[in-house]
Amino acid sequence: MAELRPPIESGAPDPMPYMHPVMVKNYGKWSFHSHPKPGVLYHRAESGDEIWTVKAGTQRQMDHYTIRELADIADQYGDGFVRFTARSNIEYMVADGSKVEPLIKALNDKGYPIGGTANSVSMIAHTQGWLHCDIPGTDASGVVKALMDELYDDFVKCEMPNRVKMSTSCCEINCGGQADIAIIVQHTKPPKINHDLVANVCERPSVVARCPVAAIRPALVNGKPSLEVDEKKCICCGACFPPCPPMQINDPEHSKIAIWVGGKNSNARSKPTFHKLVAAGLPNNAPRWPEVAEVVKKILATYKADGKPWERMIDWIDRIGWPAFFEKTGLPFTKYHIDNWRGGRANLNASAHIRF
Amino acid sequence: MSTRPLYDTPMLDQLESGPWPSFVTGLKRLAKDNGMMADLIGQLETSYETRKGFWKGGTVGVFGYGGGIIPRFTELKDKSGKPLFPEAAEFHTLRVQPPAGMHYTSDLLRKLCDVWVDNGGSGLIAFHGQSGDIMFQGVSSENVQAVFNGLNEIGFDLGGAGPALRTSMSCVGSARCEMSCFDEARALRTVINNNLDDMHRPSLPYKFKFKFSGCPNDCVNAIQRSDMATIGTWRDNIRVNEALVQDYYKVHGMHDLYNDVVGRCPTKAITVVPEDQVRVDAHTSVAKLGDGNALCIDNKNCVRCMHCLNVIPGGLLPGNDKGVSILVGGKGVLKIGATMGSVIIPFMKLETDEDFEKLNELARNILDFFAENALDHERTGEMIERIGLSNFLEGMDIPVDPNMIKEPRSNPYFRSDDWDEQVAKWVEYRQQAA
Repeated sequence: MAELRPPIESGAPDPMPYMHPVMVKNYGKWSFHSHPKPGVLYHRAESGDEIWTVKAGTQRQMDHYTIRELADIADQYGDGFVRFTARSNIEYMVADGSKVEPLIKALNDKGYPIGGTANSVSMIAHTQGWLHCDIPGTDASGVVKALMDELYDDFVKCEMPNRVKMSTSCCEINCGGQADIAIIVQHTKPPKINHDLVANVCERPSVVARCPVAAIRPALVNGKPSLEVDEKKCICCGACFPPCPPMQINDPEHSKIAIWVGGKNSNARSKPTFHKLVAAGLPNNAPRWPEVAEVVKKILATYKADGKPWERMIDWIDRIGWPAFFEKTGLPFTKYHIDNWRGGRANLNASAHIRF
Repeated sequence: MSTRPLYDTPMLDQLESGPWPSFVTGLKRLAKDNGMMADLIGQLETSYETRKGFWKGGTVGVFGYGGGIIPRFTELKDKSGKPLFPEAAEFHTLRVQPPAGMHYTSDLLRKLCDVWVDNGGSGLIAFHGQSGDIMFQGVSSENVQAVFNGLNEIGFDLGGAGPALRTSMSCVGSARCEMSCFDEARALRTVINNNLDDMHRPSLPYKFKFKFSGCPNDCVNAIQRSDMATIGTWRDNIRVNEALVQDYYKVHGMHDLYNDVVGRCPTKAITVVPEDQVRVDAHTSVAKLGDGNALCIDNKNCVRCMHCLNVIPGGLLPGNDKGVSILVGGKGVLKIGATMGSVIIPFMKLETDEDFEKLNELARNILDFFAENALDHERTGEMIERIGLSNFLEGMDIPVDPNMIKEPRSNPYFRSDDWDEQVAKWVEYRQQAA
């Protein structure tokens, strides 16, 4: 084996060598932007310099042929400079506005949708799922592909009251993050424990410590040191599964999908909010998850019809109230929507404010 | 040509139709001349059939580092323990830090592909993971070092994994946005690149994330997704470009101005008044609308939510006295439920070398406090929940400020022997601020 050299601990690279020269020149000195059409942004600097951005959706998990194709498009139709957004859209920056339409055509011809700006439904932030995660309850890229097929029009048009950010997560850890609409696995049965393996695989005290409801305790099972779960206390969150894989939480039938709405991280208008549960019990129905798509589309259609300009999902719901949300969307309201976690009283209606 | 058979994939095939770009089509393209990807597709199809995942973790690394690789070994084996999809039996990911702001040239993209493919990588790359890493997905244990060496030699470094400082994200910010209130890329690189030991040699109680957003629109979700959020803001008045405000007004008129701007201000800091009734004082931003009316913003009551700036881009702009607010404790679900970052520094300047050094010191102090005081697998937000924000502030030697709370406590369960001393601290703090 060749002699190993110590790593060069260079950290996060300087973006300047890879940044469009107009953006380098006007760094920190921008003064205006507009939104000429869906998927296109226009920015003007104090110097009068201008730059156009064309935003395209990608599949995020990309083969190198796709990446090279995107790079070739940047050379042939753009200025050779791109960036990616936090939601895996690719942005092409060009200093000449006449390049915008040919660039859009080149991207469309190769199958990349143009959109995701302003009051559209942007690409779904997602996770790894069955492709690469060690604890996934479902897939990620597949769920997103299936949903974005359904929401394609909402990505390429800007017809929502305000922007819609979505996420998917393949377990309750929610790596996909907070969103206007979040699609998250919700387990419904306690872990099935393989007692033969626990002693060798798991550090039992730290597994006990991970449980949010103290439902796990050390036990001797069939003469072997293992763990047992008080199934009456267990909330099926799956927190014990990562540190102890023999506590299998994923179940093809009983790991369901829940839908949450009203998360927002922007400070615009209302303070940032966490998303809230609206639906659960949906089947993990690979490969296209039609039941999930149906609920998501129902929520989006209701928001689109009823929301006022600039209202994010949570702004709209705050205005009309949660009873109206459930009525207008037709989603059932259950006892599981009532928060009984610590601090849950803060989410009760401690007032006589009721709409009739 | 691939050394492995191409499996029938009736489930995955259904993800090739429809208008959105298909990752399955990409996987299949790779599988034609890459046995690892052919077998990977076999395993993925099995997951779709059984609705189960089949990867387990392990320990794989590169020389000199303790983290940054996500090891994956297949659990799909026959009775004799032989992998069903042998060439994908090891399918590790390298997490690699992108240029701050995720800027790339076409040449850089090709170079990253070349290094990946030429050194035994699968050819699959995700731009980007949820913490902002470029994820090079699919490499055997044997080839991990070669891929890393290749990437390292063209200026790239591994990101974080495990109980470590994690790869960071900053918004596009100064590079292309008029809302930007500080140099996000410089802040990211200052804080991250001065603390790389905690990224490459995981020894913290649990993960620690920094994120940098240029304004309170918070496009990289610093408040919810980072242990320490640096969010741009300003102290002085909203700047007005009257011509651009009038451009907006000409297109939209009084009804939109009222309903979309005035009516949506969360603190009712915006009014429309006849020009001759405009109150001219040091804290009011004024834009004449050209029809005898004027838009007035009471900056003393503006909370920098960004809404009116978003609706009238360029017409209303962040002030000149820019800086950042620092919030700590944002995190996801486990174990106490998601927590939002909360204010610990309402405002600090971030312009000079000294300012950036101060940010760097603050970041280091928080990391140190976290390393010393958090329990195993406890995030900063959980630690603060356990010990209380006051204790955290005392430990960090940060003075209390009413901007840190939504409202004062409503219960009497506190012991205040040293009330007078605390009042004296407040008086001193006020004097220093003055």
